[in-house]
Amino acid sequence: MAQVSMTVNGRAASAEIEGRTLLSTFLRETLHLTGTHVGCDTSQCGACVVHVNGEAVKSCTMLASEADGAEVATIEGQANADGSLNVIQQAFQDHHGLQCGFCTPGMVMSAAALLKENPKPSEAEVRAYLEGNICRCTGYHNIVKAIMAASGQDVSALAAE
Amino acid sequence: MSAGAPLPHDAAHLHVTGAARYIDDIPVPANCLHLAFGLSQSAAGRITDMDLARVRQADGVVAVMTAADLPFANDVSPAAHDEPLLATGQVHYVGQPVFLVIARSHHAARRAARLGKITIAEETPILTLAEALAANSRFEDGPRIYTKGNAAAAIDKAAHKISGTLHLGGQEHFYLEGQAALVFPQENGDMHVHSSTQHPTEIQHKVADAIGRPMHAVRVESRRMGGGFGGKESQGNALAVACAVAANLTGRACKMRYDRDDDMIITGKRHDFEIQYTAGVAPDGRIAGLQFTHLVRCGWAMDLSLPVADRAMLHADNAYHLTDVEITSHRLKTNTQSATAYRGFGGPQGMIGIERVMDHIAANLGLDPLAVRRVNYYQQGAGQTTPYGQIVEDFILDEMTDTLTVSCDFAARKAQVEDWNRNHPTLKKGLALTPVKFGISFTLSHLNQAGALVHVYQDGSVHLNHGGTEMGQGLFQKVAQVAATCFGLPLQQIKITATDTGKVPNTSATAASSGSDLNGMAVKAACETIKTRIAEHLGAVHGAAADSVVFDGGRVIAGAHSLTFAEAAASAYQARISLSATGFYKTPKLAWDRIKGTGRPFFYFAYGVAATEVVIDTLTGENRILRADILHDAGQSLNPALDIGQIEGGYVQGAGWLTTEELVWDARGRLLTHAPSTYKIPACGDRPKVFNVALWDGQNREDTIFRSKAVGEPPFMLGISAYSALCQAVQACGPTFADLRAPATPEAVLAAVMRTQAGQG
Ligand code: FES
Ligand code: FES
Repeated sequence: MAQVSMTVNGRAASAEIEGRTLLSTFLRETLHLTGTHVGCDTSQCGACVVHVNGEAVKSCTMLASEADGAEVATIEGQANADGSLNVIQQAFQDHHGLQCGFCTPGMVMSAAALLKENPKPSEAEVRAYLEGNICRCTGYHNIVKAIMAASGQDVSALAAE
Repeated sequence: MSAGAPLPHDAAHLHVTGAARYIDDIPVPANCLHLAFGLSQSAAGRITDMDLARVRQADGVVAVMTAADLPFANDVSPAAHDEPLLATGQVHYVGQPVFLVIARSHHAARRAARLGKITIAEETPILTLAEALAANSRFEDGPRIYTKGNAAAAIDKAAHKISGTLHLGGQEHFYLEGQAALVFPQENGDMHVHSSTQHPTEIQHKVADAIGRPMHAVRVESRRMGGGFGGKESQGNALAVACAVAANLTGRACKMRYDRDDDMIITGKRHDFEIQYTAGVAPDGRIAGLQFTHLVRCGWAMDLSLPVADRAMLHADNAYHLTDVEITSHRLKTNTQSATAYRGFGGPQGMIGIERVMDHIAANLGLDPLAVRRVNYYQQGAGQTTPYGQIVEDFILDEMTDTLTVSCDFAARKAQVEDWNRNHPTLKKGLALTPVKFGISFTLSHLNQAGALVHVYQDGSVHLNHGGTEMGQGLFQKVAQVAATCFGLPLQQIKITATDTGKVPNTSATAASSGSDLNGMAVKAACETIKTRIAEHLGAVHGAAADSVVFDGGRVIAGAHSLTFAEAAASAYQARISLSATGFYKTPKLAWDRIKGTGRPFFYFAYGVAATEVVIDTLTGENRILRADILHDAGQSLNPALDIGQIEGGYVQGAGWLTTEELVWDARGRLLTHAPSTYKIPACGDRPKVFNVALWDGQNREDTIFRSKAVGEPPFMLGISAYSALCQAVQACGPTFADLRAPATPEAVLAAVMRTQAGQG
């Protein structure tokens, strides 16, 4: 057993856990932050993406103890302070960037990391960045569109809605 | 009016904030137990010994069950009672559940499950279609054969004879949320089941049988699935039943979720096919006679294979009028996962057969592939019948094809592609247009029914429930739009609630694209009942005729009086009028004999056309989709935004099936592609660079819910245009027909290119 402490969505969180506990398990089972989804358990689908010290990571591929002392951000902490959707969340809703929604938290977290790095990405850059996030439902078109729109770019030319 | 509005998915705000709950997110008591299966490592054989001592002693294990420990039905099959929850003496595929571990954590259960020692006297497995056919290993006593006219005679007389074989792979569903179930035991041995399922009633039925209780002792709830695609029509049974027997044994809540590898190894997939064809063809490309033989790999248990194979036969014509045709279908039994429902339910396999024939005709006769297709199209208004005798009443593909060829500039781009191919020896392009005509209704006619339950509360808020399940397709939102439209209320006043066998009983699976057709009508019926009661009441009070009372804009207008809907509800309540109603719907006009293969299995057809442009690298076989243009018929759409989402997602999934998604088993029957590392579903960079999707502007000629059409499955088959385009790109490499297998992986494309170049098509 090991003691881990971290800041999650701005709040202190600490617990006694088995050394092998994954960050995704810690978030979901210890902190009950179930918005971080597990789609593949093996670092391939991106449903579990969170931010650790501002960087996007797949939380199923990191031990909770590796995040000891870190600032962790999950989907549950993304909304604005007054509870309204942030610009990326709002764009996913408005541009239909989701169907079953299982990939959505990971997509939103990846998108946030991308836009921090590159506030006005091209469509190709969005696509390249999302290679690690799988969506089985949407065919990606509306996800890409949502992210472009969230970056303040005109998406009317991106065909079908 | 809410119906027809392009509103976002009802749970969008929950999804983007991480607040939407899936099975694994539901809070559980601290003593909840977790389950895992121990799996067979052999494809066929007899269990001679099972040593589970180390499993029982493992950390965190509470109990271990085998078939002998199951007190009641050991069966999770949807129909044929041939699929035990836990193997009984014999194993039938690699990955078959043999024992069940009940432990304090998910990981403890999975770790312990690996410690079992199962000794099996191995037998030679039957893995391939050829092996199964040779051994006469099949379901049903012989092949099913549907005929119309005399195919053999027509082929004999025809100017040209063309035959070939298409090898067509299966497909893993890869719903992003794996299979999962959670069971809370109740007083008196009752069970409350949460399941990620498309078919709550079947879960209820199987769980009741497994605990030896009537169906009324089991309540199944399903709020949403993280994707289904047919993979959660029957494949969730095992998890729910396992949780229920474990909860019965321990008295504690039990949860089971497959991790991704287990999910892919245990559960069934799309049926792979071999399609043999012989066509007699007139000089203009018209098909005079056609014979198909479908070899269908069903896996070890029957599951839904018979209706899947039937539907493949029912789509062997696709959009083309066949006067003399014979379709033979062998449903073969193999020692592999039991193949199951998958979006299109056999339709895609049937349809690609004839699309392949069209391309083969064009290649051999030197005709334009689109011209060959069009000369074979059904003729609108000519009273032509399908091979199974249903009249094609509303054939709109001529107009749709005209519209799409103009909007995507087909002719000019075709010329450019040909020009490119003349000038580029290494990269070859293909551009193909393929149509879709897909029959809507369950072919098992009694399944075409649905129920709904609607409550109006005294404050005018509405509680909505129906038998359909939500898997991301937006069914709940569409049906809520129906209810809001009926009551003339804003959508916010309608509460969408989880599918629940305690509210609406005896439901059909949400499948066959029928969700909004059936449940929308049932909800409408329930709403109309309540409206009539309110109207009669207000009419009497205010001296107006009941049928003159209007529900609109959140108000109810009776004669000179205008009330808010809430005031109307309160008034009805005060007058002791029931504000709760059930609704029921059954699809009309159906009459189908599946043994003879004649009748009207479908209420109507949904149509679509897609044009896809691809490029291949003839040195490596690598390929890309460059552009896709789609025109799809959703009737008068209930929600154009959700429908377009289904079309985009369906096309990409269909194209994935035929290009990157390859399932590989080794010689011992082990699935080698059991994770996304080796099984490649389309990623964000794979989809077409240019992707134009439009809805056909037209109403359903049949009286469906607000004249809409079903849209879940039909767009999947638009992906066939990508395969056809790849065939045409390969065709540009040499003189003979491009014999390209599906999926058209780089390996397959390269092999086809080399054969074509060598003139060995
Ligand atoms: S669960 Fe972490 S990448 Fe799939
Ligand atoms: S919306 Fe279902 S996986 Fe993306």
